[in-house]
Amino acid sequence: MLAVGLAHYLTVGAILFTLGLLGIFLNRKNIIVILMSIELILLSVSLNLVAFSARLGDLTGQVFSMLILTVAAAEAAIGLAIVVIYFRNRGTIEVEDISTLKG
Amino acid sequence: MNWTLALPEIALALAGLVILLVGVVPKRETFFPVSMGVIGALVIAAVLVLGQGEGTAFVGQYVSDAFSRFAKVLILLGAALTLLLSLDWNVKQGLGRFEYAVLMLFSTVGMMVMVSANDLMTLYVGLELLSLSLYVIAAFDRDNARSAEAGLKYFVLGALASGLLLYGASLVYGFAGTTNFDRLADALSMGGAGTGVVVGLVFVLAGLAFKISAVPFHMWTPDVYEGAPTPVTAFFATAPKVAAIALLMRVLAGPFGDLAAQWGQVIWVCSVGSMILGAFAALGQRNIKRLMAYSSIGHVGYALMGLTVADETGLRGVLVYMAIYVVMNIGTFAVLVAMRRNGRALEGIDDLAGLGRTDPGMALWMAIFMFSMAGIPPLAGFFGKLYVFLAAVQAGYWVLAAVGVVTSVVASFYYLRIVKVMYFDAPEGALDARPAGLTVVMAASGLATLLFFLFPAAVIQAAQVAVSALAG
Repeated sequence: MLAVGLAHYLTVGAILFTLGLLGIFLNRKNIIVILMSIELILLSVSLNLVAFSARLGDLTGQVFSMLILTVAAAEAAIGLAIVVIYFRNRGTIEVEDISTLKG
Repeated sequence: MNWTLALPEIALALAGLVILLVGVVPKRETFFPVSMGVIGALVIAAVLVLGQGEGTAFVGQYVSDAFSRFAKVLILLGAALTLLLSLDWNVKQGLGRFEYAVLMLFSTVGMMVMVSANDLMTLYVGLELLSLSLYVIAAFDRDNARSAEAGLKYFVLGALASGLLLYGASLVYGFAGTTNFDRLADALSMGGAGTGVVVGLVFVLAGLAFKISAVPFHMWTPDVYEGAPTPVTAFFATAPKVAAIALLMRVLAGPFGDLAAQWGQVIWVCSVGSMILGAFAALGQRNIKRLMAYSSIGHVGYALMGLTVADETGLRGVLVYMAIYVVMNIGTFAVLVAMRRNGRALEGIDDLAGLGRTDPGMALWMAIFMFSMAGIPPLAGFFGKLYVFLAAVQAGYWVLAAVGVVTSVVASFYYLRIVKVMYFDAPEGALDARPAGLTVVMAASGLATLLFFLFPAAVIQAAQVAVSALAG
């Protein structure tokens, strides 16, 4: 029987992290998907921290992941607020339309 | 628990909460009194910082030493002066809402926590407090599509940078077994670092490079600087940059000091890339805020040159460079904030045409700042470059120094072009009368830039003390 060890958690964490990164860079559709990708990245970090914390027998990692959860909530709130004011100004949240500023 | 050590941050954060509460009570808009209150709180915090003791607090998560004091004084100075710049501008643009000043105060608390961080957790919380406040003030002109877009871009890329930094922090924690900087330093000096720690360090570096807008993580800078309201851009270009560079110095010289061979190469590439991009990409710009964005990328490149060298001379050079950079940038932005004709804010380089005839005083200050940024002696900017180049040459980083010299020659082209536009092009009409506050900021930073060569010893001495605290 296969025991689930640290390496498995780290692999899942790395996959989630990569999916989050790809979600930000390859996404051509809309900004909500980017916000979800950011959450995915933060979750992969939390998973890593908790797995390490269990392995090391040290609570620091779990405290860190609690902090990340709190900050992620605040970050999501601010992100959505900014998306709302952007939508009010432009009437769209398509990623490809965000290009007024360039040069 | 030695919590009184963190008194400046605690006092400033409490002042922020009280001001936030008091600000909503009156029926009318309270932007001006609240801003004055915030400036007062920043000054009080600066006094507390100067009297701050040394040591660690909160179970080693917070450290106070000469280095953090040096950086905090610079941060508080930058924040207070940029708030002064926005007083009149915000009211004229219809942005005179008191939350602006309070957000600036909270971001300053975040910066102070960052430079005093002695643990990856403190680092993260300080950085997020700073970033979350900055996302909001970048989009503060909420009825303006460009400001909203700046805020959105800054948010997405900033959140991505935090994600990279956190992922790195989790790897460092897992493979070194601790998040505390002192214990990390012990662990890394004894056992040598495994691959996991080095990979984690690279992620942390990438996250911090975003915050200081070093190449290759600079993409957001020109867009955000151009789109955000001008006083906000002034703020972005000064205090947060000092805080992020100081944090980078503490992280690299402290816990990861023994991995200098690994991170030295990364910082070398960032430094060379930033200097080259800052010099060449700015050449074709017509918008002066965008030009200042590329200019700030270039300046970060010069500062990173000192960090690449990583000995005491190099780190001292970085601190001196950042101090001078803040002063001349605030002066330049005071001029940009004063650019307004018939009640409309301007941001084209051509709008400065003929300033030498229509407003000789302001043109003179702007010329001083531009010559200083180009690094022409005896202005302050020259000494900033001198100390980092000196460190690079002494340590044998010839390529770095050569790239630095060549790019400063290229960069002086666009700084001097602004001087040429001001003095030799035909004026389009006079700018509106500027408020006295801007003149004071311009004159103060202009005199400091102009007369720096008379008193370099004081600044250099302070930077030296700060760096010895970091290394020791």
